Amino acid sequence: MNEIGLTQILFVSTALFFIGVYGFLTRKNMITMLMSIELLLNSVNINFIAFNKFLYADKLDGLFFTVFIITIAAAEAAVAIAIIIHLYRKLKSIDVDDTDIMKF
Amino acid sequence: MSASQVIFYIIAAIIIGGGILAVTSRKIFRAAVFLLFSLLGIAALYFYLNYEFIAAVQIVVYVGGIVVLIIFSIFLTHASGDEMKKPVLWRSFFAGLAAVFATALTYLYITEHNFVANSAASVSPSVRNIGLQMLSTTEHGYILPFEVVSMLLLAALIGCIVIAIKIKTKE
Repeated sequence: MNEIGLTQILFVSTALFFIGVYGFLTRKNMITMLMSIELLLNSVNINFIAFNKFLYADKLDGLFFTVFIITIAAAEAAVAIAIIIHLYRKLKSIDVDDTDIMKF
Repeated sequence: MSASQVIFYIIAAIIIGGGILAVTSRKIFRAAVFLLFSLLGIAALYFYLNYEFIAAVQIVVYVGGIVVLIIFSIFLTHASGDEMKKPVLWRSFFAGLAAVFATALTYLYITEHNFVANSAASVSPSVRNIGLQMLSTTEHGYILPFEVVSMLLLAALIGCIVIAIKIKTKE
């Protein structure tokens, strides 16, 4: 076992990213799909922080990207949940298969 | 194995285990709680890497904000305790296969690639340095994205109110 380096952290973030992809492909419920998207965004944040720490320790740019991604993820989650609640009022369901009112 | 490595593997197990349970649990409330553990593990990873500010932001925004919002929306839209439908077998099989192979392929590339570290003097990610660079108007400052993201947050706030507002219709 060697010292914890970039490779180990990148493996964690890769595994988390594809766990999120798996959840996004298999789930049919909008809230759980939103949770999968949160996992994807978090794995990207881990990547930015790890690269900033191990490769570019003289800069802070990876950290700023992480801060802005967290901000935009929060805005995105709030808007998505507003849309989900509005759909639930209209359709009494948040399953993606029932959500076809915009189809002709 | 040193103590630092043991701590890292415990954190990694919490992150990945919480993530797997969050996307496979049949009860939606449990899925939200496992997502909470996964996000807390990520905050612990940032503490492990000595990025305290990002860890604090992660806990405040994700654990204190987004997960609570998700749990509230679960309470508004679900009867608690009922199980979700099982995903179709072939879909979960092929999605799992794709995820496993993509992880393996990416990990292969990560181990093969030779990362070259920048040897310049490191700058500490303290709150002072972060604040000075974020609000600086010089070449490497981040004042413009900062202002743009504040406009985005205002737009998201108004958009949420407009979308979720209850319009009274006359009977």
